[in-house]
Amino acid sequence: MNAKVVTISSGKGGVGKTTTSANLAVALAQENQKVVCIDGDIGLRNLDVILGLENRIVYDLVDVVEGRCRIRQAMIRDKRLPELFLIPAAQTRDKSAVSPSDMIRLCEELKDEMDWIIIDSPAGIERGFRNALAPADLVLVVTNPEVSSVRDADRIIGLVEAEEKGPAQLILNRVNPALTKRGDMLSTDDVLELLAIKLIGVIPEDESVIVASNRGQPVSFANNSKAGQAFHNTAKRMLGEEVPFMDIEANNGFINKLAKMMKFRGD
Amino acid sequence: MKPDLGMIRLKQPDSIQIKGIREGLLITLGEGDWHDIFASLMEKITEKEKFFQGAKLAMDVGNRILHAADLGTLRDRLADKNIILWAILSNSPVTELTAQDLGLATRISVPKPERIIKSIESSIPGEDAIFLRKTIRSGFKVVSNGHIIIFGDVNPGGEIIAGGSVIVWGRCQGVVQAGVDGDQNATVCALDLNPTQLRIAGIIAISPKRKGKPQPEVAKIIAGQVVAETWNPKSR
Repeated sequence: MNAKVVTISSGKGGVGKTTTSANLAVALAQENQKVVCIDGDIGLRNLDVILGLENRIVYDLVDVVEGRCRIRQAMIRDKRLPELFLIPAAQTRDKSAVSPSDMIRLCEELKDEMDWIIIDSPAGIERGFRNALAPADLVLVVTNPEVSSVRDADRIIGLVEAEEKGPAQLILNRVNPALTKRGDMLSTDDVLELLAIKLIGVIPEDESVIVASNRGQPVSFANNSKAGQAFHNTAKRMLGEEVPFMDIEANNGFINKLAKMMKFRGD
Repeated sequence: MKPDLGMIRLKQPDSIQIKGIREGLLITLGEGDWHDIFASLMEKITEKEKFFQGAKLAMDVGNRILHAADLGTLRDRLADKNIILWAILSNSPVTELTAQDLGLATRISVPKPERIIKSIESSIPGEDAIFLRKTIRSGFKVVSNGHIIIFGDVNPGGEIIAGGSVIVWGRCQGVVQAGVDGDQNATVCALDLNPTQLRIAGIIAISPKRKGKPQPEVAKIIAGQVVAETWNPKSR
C-alpha cells in the first residue's frame, strides 16, 4: 500500500473543512479503503468531535511528534468502520508544536499501511496550513459559493501552486440552489470560472449535516441525505470513478421547501 | 619579452572560456596580464592536446592592446600545436589593425556582400516586457519596470504593477497600476477589463458596474482622466 496524502484546506474559516474531512474519510472507508484522518488544527481541535471519537483520545499528534508514544498508540480506530482511524490534534498546544518536516515524516511512516491520509488543515495561511500542506500529494480546496470564501480559496490555490503541490481540486460546499437561482449567490460556474481548477465535489446545503456533526455521526454514514450522497460521490471521484454531478436543483426535498419559505419571507 | 613558461602560476579558471561556434572554437580571454593568460592558455591546450588538434580558433582578447610581436608569437605557438588561428576579436582598434596586418579576421561571421549593399534596418528594437502564462491569483503580485503581459486571468486580490503598459489576455479583475513612474502614455488592455481598481500614472479609476457581455477594452489617459474604450480596430 502506498497511501495518497490529501490535504483539505480553504483559507477562510467556517466553510466546512472539518466536516468535509470527516465525511470524505467515512465515505472512503465505506468503499473499503484504509483511511487515517489527521487533525492539523492544533489548539482548536474539532475533527474528533465531528467523528464522535472525542472520548477515546489518549495520545495526540504532538505526543507522536515529541516521542511520547508510537503512531499506533495515537491512532483511534473508529468502531463503526474498522478501516477508519483518527490521529487527533493536541488541544493544549499551538501550531508551532509541529513542523512541516514532522508532518512529512509522520505521513511517510503511515503510508505503507494506509490507502488514504486525510489532513484537516486549519484556517489561515500560516504555520498550521504550512504543516498540513508539506506532506500533501493532493490538495482539496473547500469553498462556499460566496465572494469572500472564493477569494480566500483563490489565495490558497495560488499558494499551493507556488509550493508546487498543484493543481489543487475544488469542493464547493453549502450550495443553495434557491439562492443561486435568484442570483443572490454565486453559481458553480461563476466559482469555477474564477478559480479555474478541477471540480471534484459539489455538496448541497443540508441541515442534516449540522445535526449529524452534533451527534458525532457524519452524514456519510447514512446514505439518505443529499449531502451524504454528494460526499460519497466525491469519494468515488477521488478513487478515479466517473460519477456525474448530481442535479442539486431537481429535488423536492426540504431544500425546495426551504427555498419557498425563504422566497415567501423575502417578498 | 618572452612568456615565462617555467614559472608555476596560479590558475585562473574563469579567465579563459572556450566554446564551440559554427566556425570552430571561440576562446574568450578575461582580464589579466597578457603573458600570464598566454601561459595558462598554452598550458590548457597542452593538457587537452587531442581536443584542440587541428582546431580552427577565433580569439576574443577583450580590450587588450596587442602588437604584431604578441600576435605573431601567439599564432606561431598555436601553429606548433597544429591549431589554426584565423580571427582575433578585440575592442581595441590598435589590436584589430595589427591583426588585420597579419592577415587575421577581426569578425566571426562574414557578412554576405549583398547584405552590405542593402543595409535598410528592418528589425524593430522594441521595449522590455515580462510575459507570464498563468493566472495571477489573490495575494500574488507581478512587478516590472517595463511592460507586463499576462496570458491568463488576473483574479480579484491579485496585483499588477508596471512602469509601462499592461496587457491581460484574459479577465482582469485585480488591481492594475500602469505607468507607475508617471508615464502618461501607458495603457491597460484586457479581453475583459473589470479591475477592482485601475491606476495609470497615478490617476485612479474604479470600474463601473458591468452591463452586458464583456468586450476587449483599452484604458488610457484622455484629458487627465482614465478612460476605458472598447477596442476597435478601425479607430487605431
